[in-house]
Amino acid sequence: MLESRYHAGRRHRLCLPLLLGMFAFANTGLAATLEIGIQGEPASLDTAKIGGTTWENDVLGDLFEGLVTLDPSGEYVPGAASSWDVSDDGKVYTFHLRDDANWSDGEPVISVDFVLAFQRLFDPANGAVYASLFYPIRGAKAHTKGNTDAPDLGVEAVDAKTLKITLDQPTPYFPTLLAHIAASPVPSHLVEQFGNDWTQMDHIATNGAFTPTSWVSHDHIAARKNAEFHAADDVALDGVDYYPVEDRSAGLQRFRAGGLDIVRDFSPDRYQWLQQNLPDAVHLAPQLANYYFALNQRDGHPTADKRVREALNLAIRRDVIANQIMGDVVTPASGFVPGGVSHYDAQTMPGLDQDTESRAAKAKALLEDAGYGPDHPLELTLRYSTTEANKRIAVALAAMWKPLGVETQLINAEGAVHYAELAAGNFDVGRGSWVADFDDASNFLGILQSDSPKNYGGYQSDAFDQLMNQASHETDMDARQQLLEQAERQALSDYAVAPIYVDVSRNLVNPKLDGWKDNALNRHLSRYLQEREQ
Amino acid sequence: MLIYTLKRLLQAIPTLLIVITISFFLMRVAPGGPFDGERQLPPEIEANLMAAYHLDEPLPMQYLRYMGNLLQGDFGPSFKYKDFSVTELIAQGFPVSLEIGGLAILLALLVGLPLGIAAAIKRNSTVDYVVMGTALTGIAVPNFVLAPIFALVFGVLLGWLPAGGWNGGALPNLVLPVVALSIQQIAYIARMMRASMIEVLGSHFIRTARAKGLNEGEVIWRHAIRPALLPVMSYLGPAIAGIITGSVVIEQIFGIPGIGRYFVQGALNRDYTLVMGTVVFYGVLIVLMNLIVDLLYSALDPQIRYDD
Repeated sequence: MLESRYHAGRRHRLCLPLLLGMFAFANTGLAATLEIGIQGEPASLDTAKIGGTTWENDVLGDLFEGLVTLDPSGEYVPGAASSWDVSDDGKVYTFHLRDDANWSDGEPVISVDFVLAFQRLFDPANGAVYASLFYPIRGAKAHTKGNTDAPDLGVEAVDAKTLKITLDQPTPYFPTLLAHIAASPVPSHLVEQFGNDWTQMDHIATNGAFTPTSWVSHDHIAARKNAEFHAADDVALDGVDYYPVEDRSAGLQRFRAGGLDIVRDFSPDRYQWLQQNLPDAVHLAPQLANYYFALNQRDGHPTADKRVREALNLAIRRDVIANQIMGDVVTPASGFVPGGVSHYDAQTMPGLDQDTESRAAKAKALLEDAGYGPDHPLELTLRYSTTEANKRIAVALAAMWKPLGVETQLINAEGAVHYAELAAGNFDVGRGSWVADFDDASNFLGILQSDSPKNYGGYQSDAFDQLMNQASHETDMDARQQLLEQAERQALSDYAVAPIYVDVSRNLVNPKLDGWKDNALNRHLSRYLQEREQ
Repeated sequence: MLIYTLKRLLQAIPTLLIVITISFFLMRVAPGGPFDGERQLPPEIEANLMAAYHLDEPLPMQYLRYMGNLLQGDFGPSFKYKDFSVTELIAQGFPVSLEIGGLAILLALLVGLPLGIAAAIKRNSTVDYVVMGTALTGIAVPNFVLAPIFALVFGVLLGWLPAGGWNGGALPNLVLPVVALSIQQIAYIARMMRASMIEVLGSHFIRTARAKGLNEGEVIWRHAIRPALLPVMSYLGPAIAGIITGSVVIEQIFGIPGIGRYFVQGALNRDYTLVMGTVVFYGVLIVLMNLIVDLLYSALDPQIRYDD
């Protein structure tokens, strides 16, 4: 730990007066092991078996390094590959792996390690959750489906240090996509020997800045600095311990008591208190994450009528939700793709820039036009997953729609049930959210494509699909940006969803730490962190 | 006694089978599955996952497959925590819950029994009222209120103990969770002991003992305690089984890697194998604890014998 009170043999602790106990940070110690509270227990250290949660990013991002990695600001930089060439049509990438890239057991990182990793990602027997992220790779989707006539997978080892990846269409964001943990290599020499058990602690090897030494399930994962890492000289920490802390209050307590140096989330309700009492430790930063309500556009649902969707959207006072209900912790959304995405300007849903009265009047008029009135009120079912914040927002929405004569039935269910019901289309208005996997607008807009499993509302627009399709073939970044922005404008003018707010990342970081930079992806590799010089 | 024990163990098998079967099918009734979540999967990936875990087979076949594995001691892989099998999760988590729970029960007995006896002996005195009043508070205040207060006061404000974490079971990390867990048990045991003691002290054979001229100390410690312990024993049997399988609240708040949270988390995650594993484990424990209690009964009360 950076500062330690309880480990045997450590220095005496400072006796803080009770008053100052509220601001409890003990003095820093000499040890350089970082103690991080992550939001939950990772499903696995094997990229083919991870569950798709943000805390897996925290752990696997430190243990493994892909072809491309992230710098402290969340920008992508070369990782295990020192450079790459792209063909003129944008479909063939040739990666040159670093000569000094090694696994923690001393074996070199070779191109076969990446070939095998991608093969396992698309192997139907593994059911890898992130396979669809890499569908741009030729043959990826067909292999995942188990098609016997699938083309050869477009990942090829040219020689030990040269890797060729062939895509189905030019995907300008492909390098940033490769910074995702699911594109990490696997130690092929270990997979050959141990198969799926290659992640066991007694023989696991990693190629990132840290390598794990023990994993007590639901207690902690201990990792030590990987001496074989090519940039090991720049890594200041001796080790990192990851503690899954699902209870946010408990995480805050442990942080205040000095047991944790970083906590990767805190309850938004505590933000005011934290600002006053731990101002140097609290970090709130815009994130590439949104919160919205899907509007069911299938036949038989009142929300299938565009006038109804427009009315509902106009009547929502997003500033009230962001400020009064969420305590100023989030920013009201005007579009679906949050601001801050690279090569993209945030769009605004038409009509949201009007003042409240005009919007209310227009909403009322639209509903009347659609045939709803005092003797035929609009009845909606609104589904949300059970959290305090979701409940407050749902109640607020119902209250905002009531003056229009809308009767909203609120149904809450636990997470798994909520999403099962959304997927089955059993709702009119359904709460959804999305945290970006990679920094590109298509990661958000893809949700609204007619064939996306996450398109809960069943939004079907040929114009939108066509624009997205065009964009996926476009190599020129500016032209692509135009197409994507046009696509979003199409969806917004169709009132395909009801965007509510743009989420923020919430972190608690010991002020004695240097190297932490808030970034929109909320990815913070421990290799850049160090104890501040005294 | 041995034959009785064997008979009881044999009788437990059909009980367990019924419990397992009902749990297996009841779990599948709940809407939502292990792979439903915010990250809705494309149909081909979901199909792959279902096939990998045999969830696409007809339910009776899945049941037979599960029972077959169970008879070989294989609880299956966890659907959610894929680097661990259910056996490994329970094997890692149970000793932790056992340690915390065991110490809590020990503390509860060490504190609760004397308090209950004192309250019974000094019935309707100040001692009695204080003890019983405190006990009532201990029962009424829930764990999830007490535990964070302990963590705040002793962990954050005073800094005497860690606010959370297991740290391999180091003594400072044990104190707060054990004390928090024991408070309610102390209260129950004290009240139960008091009530039971009062009843025993009013019975005929105690009157006889006093008439014989025995001093009060002998009456209480040689003659009254053992029968008075019987109701407490009955309570303790299932209570111990419940406590040593972990308290979700205590484990969440103090970050203890026990198996208590697996009951709740497993259900919420629809992690079928983990839930079944914990159900089987808990069922076996209950059966064993009840058996031990019944055997202890016969040790405590000479009138109870299990000869056939």
